[in-house]
Amino acid sequence: MGVDQYLFLLNSLKWTLILSAVAFAFGIPCGLGVALMRTSDSTPMRWLATRWIDIFQGTPLLMQLFVVYYGLALLGLKLDEWSSVTVGFTLHASAFLGEIWRGAIEAVPRGQTEAAHALGLHYWSRMKDVVLPQALKISLPATIGFLVQLIKGTSLASIVGFVELTRAGGIIANINYRHLLVYGVVGLMYFCICWPLSLWGARLERKFAAASR
Amino acid sequence: MTQTRQAAPMILMEGVEKWYGQFKALTDINLEVNSGEKIVLCGPSGSGKSTLIRCINHLEPIQKGRIVVDGVTLGHDTKSIDAVRRGAGMVFQQFNLFPHMTVLENCTLSPLRTRGLKKDAADALARKFLARVQILDQAEKYPAQLSGGQQQRVAIARALCMEPKVMLFDEPTSALDPEMVKEVLDTMVELARDGMTMIVVTHEMGFARQVADRVIFMASGQIVEEEPPEQFFQAPKHERTRKFLGEILRQH
Repeated sequence: MGVDQYLFLLNSLKWTLILSAVAFAFGIPCGLGVALMRTSDSTPMRWLATRWIDIFQGTPLLMQLFVVYYGLALLGLKLDEWSSVTVGFTLHASAFLGEIWRGAIEAVPRGQTEAAHALGLHYWSRMKDVVLPQALKISLPATIGFLVQLIKGTSLASIVGFVELTRAGGIIANINYRHLLVYGVVGLMYFCICWPLSLWGARLERKFAAASR
Repeated sequence: MTQTRQAAPMILMEGVEKWYGQFKALTDINLEVNSGEKIVLCGPSGSGKSTLIRCINHLEPIQKGRIVVDGVTLGHDTKSIDAVRRGAGMVFQQFNLFPHMTVLENCTLSPLRTRGLKKDAADALARKFLARVQILDQAEKYPAQLSGGQQQRVAIARALCMEPKVMLFDEPTSALDPEMVKEVLDTMVELARDGMTMIVVTHEMGFARQVADRVIFMASGQIVEEEPPEQFFQAPKHERTRKFLGEILRQH
């Protein structure tokens, strides 16, 4: 493998990271919305959020990307590959983060909400000041775990023609026929990004477990 | 129309009934608490005493009857619930301080969010009440760095920062180690001396003797007996009250 091929891989790794970061960044507010709906007092809101989560947890990510790419085109909304995969991964992240944070919100002791009620705090203050800061802390290990899944999941973006790390590996392997070496290097690159994140998540988990003892 | 109008009670409960599904938690509760009165509520566990005070600030909705707090009739609408909650401070058995906020932030949150106070004014208010419960020196610490007794005093200061008309105490010393009970009770006695209207769910009979205007005994979701403390302790009328007092006083 020549230097230019390594550079090509590194350049594609950049797109993998950008796609992950953008999907995660958009996924955060959307996931928060899903989590708040899922834990709200309103039955229709809860129903809607539950179905949303069911759909994204119950279907393969690959299908979700196909549906966004071809489905939106069918509706007359022709997005380029970049926008299409961003929308796809954002929706996917909203459902998974929504479910992670729902669990975290429910894990905050009931007494906290009761005290907030007794202090006359309204919904937004109750959530923003009291519940969410505690819930986000509880959810941090699982949230990092999802980020790792998301980074690896972006390899599926190649199927709609988006050139990220996995796709770039495929292109190079088709040129030099050294599949094992190329995919080995690609795998190593994913590992170098994901493993430190996993370690960080595990460390936070141990830290919080120790703090709550 | 010759009758002189009495001042309206601070808290009025009329025919209040409360169910948890099929289980009837409160039956026909009638209670009047005048401004400045101190009420001690006691009874065996599961008798509905905590449920009763939690109904007053709508932490528990009621199914029947009427609750009026400082002239506001409690409905199911946000407006009346807010009005009642802002006039009633509550102290919980488990303190329920916000662990991610300092003592000072715990105290300023409600004044900042519900009364629109500026930060300086809220800080000054919080420091005033923290000084009153003698814990001002801990203002910058987090709840986990304090002892149980200190945390409960912070919780009292936090409730006082709403400048409420009524203070509701739900077993405030039950979760404390014995050596910390006194500091919390002393704070409550102090508050009572200053004329605060208080309803206190507690088994601390010494406190009841010392500050209560009336002691109410509950059993099976009903008010069984309601007397001034001297009568309540010396000549309880009901068999269930005698039995309860016998068990409580034997432990002390």
